[in-house]
Amino acid sequence: MEEKVIVCKDLTKQFGDFYAVDKISFDVSKGEIFGFLGANGAGKTTAMRILCGLSYPSSGEATVAGFSVRNQQESIKKNIGYMSQKFSLYENLSILENIEFFGGVYGVSRKDIRERSDKLIQDMGLQKEAKKMVGSLPLGWKQKLAFSVSIFHRPKIVFLDEPTGGVDPVTRRQFWDMIYDASASGITIFVTTHYMDEAEYCNRISVMVDGKMEALDSPANLKKRYATDSMDEVFYKLARGARRSGD
Amino acid sequence: MKELLVFIKKEFKHVFRDPRTLLIMFGLPVAQIVLFGFALTSEVKNIDILIADNSKDMISTQITDKIKASRYFIIQEKNIGGTDIDRAFKRGGVQSVLIFPANFSNDLSHEGKAQVQIIADGTDPNTAKTIVNYLTAIIGAYQQEKFPTASLRYQILTEPRMLYNEEDNGSMNFIPGVMALILMLVCTALTSVSIVKEKELGTMEILLVSPFKPVMVLVSKAVPYFILSLINFTLILLLSVFLLHIDIKGSILLLYMESALFILTCLSLGLMISNATNAQQTALLISMMGMMLPTIIFTGFIFPLENMPWVLRTISNIVPSKWYFLIIKSVMLKGLGLQYVWKETLILMVMTAVLLTIAIKKFKIRLQ
Amino acid sequence: MPATVSVQNLIKTYDKGKVLAVDKVSFDVKAGELFGLIGADGAGKSSIFRILTTVLLADSGTATLAGYDVVKDYREIRNRVGYMPGKFSLYQDLTIQENLEFFATVFGTTIEANMDLIRDIYDQIKPFSNRRAGKLSGGMKQKLALCCALIHKPEVLLLDEPTTGVDVVSRKEFWEMLKKLKAQGITIIVSTPYMDEAKRCERIALIQNGRIMSVDTPGNIIRAYPEKLYAAKSDNIYRLLKDFRSHPETDRSFAFGEYIHISLKNDPTVNRQLPTANCQLPTVNLQPSTVNRQLEFLNRIAAENNHTGIQIKEIEPGIEDSFILLMSRNDATTNLQKTTEK
Repeated sequence: MEEKVIVCKDLTKQFGDFYAVDKISFDVSKGEIFGFLGANGAGKTTAMRILCGLSYPSSGEATVAGFSVRNQQESIKKNIGYMSQKFSLYENLSILENIEFFGGVYGVSRKDIRERSDKLIQDMGLQKEAKKMVGSLPLGWKQKLAFSVSIFHRPKIVFLDEPTGGVDPVTRRQFWDMIYDASASGITIFVTTHYMDEAEYCNRISVMVDGKMEALDSPANLKKRYATDSMDEVFYKLARGARRSGD
Repeated sequence: MKELLVFIKKEFKHVFRDPRTLLIMFGLPVAQIVLFGFALTSEVKNIDILIADNSKDMISTQITDKIKASRYFIIQEKNIGGTDIDRAFKRGGVQSVLIFPANFSNDLSHEGKAQVQIIADGTDPNTAKTIVNYLTAIIGAYQQEKFPTASLRYQILTEPRMLYNEEDNGSMNFIPGVMALILMLVCTALTSVSIVKEKELGTMEILLVSPFKPVMVLVSKAVPYFILSLINFTLILLLSVFLLHIDIKGSILLLYMESALFILTCLSLGLMISNATNAQQTALLISMMGMMLPTIIFTGFIFPLENMPWVLRTISNIVPSKWYFLIIKSVMLKGLGLQYVWKETLILMVMTAVLLTIAIKKFKIRLQ
Repeated sequence: MPATVSVQNLIKTYDKGKVLAVDKVSFDVKAGELFGLIGADGAGKSSIFRILTTVLLADSGTATLAGYDVVKDYREIRNRVGYMPGKFSLYQDLTIQENLEFFATVFGTTIEANMDLIRDIYDQIKPFSNRRAGKLSGGMKQKLALCCALIHKPEVLLLDEPTTGVDVVSRKEFWEMLKKLKAQGITIIVSTPYMDEAKRCERIALIQNGRIMSVDTPGNIIRAYPEKLYAAKSDNIYRLLKDFRSHPETDRSFAFGEYIHISLKNDPTVNRQLPTANCQLPTVNLQPSTVNRQLEFLNRIAAENNHTGIQIKEIEPGIEDSFILLMSRNDATTNLQKTTEK
């Protein structure tokens, strides 16, 4: 049987009488690219926060990398990576300093930091820029670098929150190449996106509507079920019925 | 005109819907008045004093009674020997000792000169200095009363603050300072932050692109904060009168006029800051560090300007709150009229005119 | 029909000339047109919008809007343009109604006076009119912002990335609204980083690194695609992508949704010259026999690499394909220029 790195059972987050996340259940296997979709306000961010160990569920259970989101949040944090469009790296630190800092935060040994950062900089072709401030890099490079840093400590799972927003089409694809590479090396990818073509790159995608998980399947099966040939249409059909809206 | 009214109405809504702004605006004056009024006065009260009266005559007894009658001292013991003094200080609980020599009265009547010794605990130099001053003042006052015609035998040293503080109300002096501080904070910080907030939100871009005259944006921001500051000023006045029992000696109208002028100065400063910055945090930091600190340091209500080196005294002249503090002190506490404060008023007017001109000239009708 | 917006050789730099944001940009927008500026973040779209709305001065070049110069006649322009800045987020602590009334007054009008223009949008947000803007969803905020930009019946509407960060459903609705506004005769310039939205515009400018790579109708841009394009998939799509990419005959291969898009090198029928200054791509007609030959070739590569579930077909390129092609060519020209400079 495949190793499950995320197991979610009836996970619920309640704010007063408002169910931000309403009994969602799903599993994610090791090395899988799992797309986490939903309209604005559907509850994606709240669910992701719980899985990252930043927030407690009201009821239900979930384990991430084998640790419970209820009482082993610190262990979860050691085993995951996180990257979002909004916060990625320190603009006024150089590439190397950012890598050293985040590597240090996650307890990577000094020797490993040196070896891995050399390799990372080589792989990305950033030898000339290694000592430059991150703020001076083009957006696309920053995003790619941020992703590399988020998996620098070899986490079991990496959570990506709209990693490619506003990035040009070529860089976006280079970014996905990196995601595929990470997935091939056994890292599980948990990703949210507003680009529907990116949903197709995922092994399986889930669509949240009004706090509930309305669909969970491979892109091909979903398209078959909704009798259409575009993910855009699938998403539209699912999310159109949403009653609530809000960030 | 209608546009302006709608804009001003909107500003008031922003203020009344934001608990933090409300807290700064109305919670701060109350907190500061209470703090400065009751807790932070430089007045020293309930000083434990020992008196070693080796003379035991009429004059030494009368001076002892005067000390007892003042509300500053608590006399622990009237007769104490030389070795006990040392022990008393070491044991703690005694802050000063007054020693009358054995032939005190004798010296005074025969040689016309007598000495008393004041010993104070120098581990807290400020308090020690205050205690010495108090005792000197009490003895001096007794002397004046007793021998009004005699030429001065003692150099009577009293701090100027005692001059207009006959009721021994130490908090009084802080009120003008607190007024300057609060008006500075509310006008400068809140005004600049409210403009910069629009830049952050992106609404400033819309306002610039609208037919609404750019300078009117400044006016519509200034008017609400002008009104709110006047309300604030009234609140401070009411608190001082009813909570701290300070009685306003001068003309209320003049007080309001002068405060309105100072509020304008602060608003101009706030508008200037907002022109120069694009982030709320920067605006707040500049207002706080750049405005609050000079107000506290150079106004003279906490650190006496007289004791500063001339460089700092010269710098203090460009701090608007220094002039406002002088005006309010004169009008409110001394009851003086405009003829005594016209110079300070003129300085504030010139400052305001210059600042306001810069603020309007520098206001950008474009970004960057 | 005369151009409503005309931009000539605009250059804008920041940081004392260190950062080149807009690089000799020129384009015209006709009256009543729905014009799109398509490009990634940092491509220079917002700078162009700000220059057009008179809130930013260009280093050089000219721009006119409704016949008025953006520098000299900025007051006239400010009366005629409706603008939704990229980071516009309204007053969070005011209700929908209060926001609308405020902006109506600032623009010297009333909500009622322009009801015919905004009715469609207004009716959608009216049920929430007493809710504070800060408590609205992304889609709802965007509708309210559009209402505010329209409140004074502008001749030209400039929308800077109105659909960024908004979900697919709201984005669809938003474009429907723009279509209706266009029908009322308003000239609209809209920017977006989403390539799939390009086809909703009448004409588009593809912009990258401050430079316009191409200006035309989406149809013409797609028709100008010079090569045959193929879509391929197999059971292991990522390995297939790698296999194609490492093959010497492959020109470009990129992931595109469930497929990989591939174009081949050494196609004898393609005129592979570098694009001219305005990036007009050479058009070619491929013989059906060539297509079959190339399909066969691709199938063979896939089969040689032991792929299963192989599907390969010839496809029509999309705007994103054109964008990627132009980007790579642009990089090539930039590199070429750089080497000649050396």
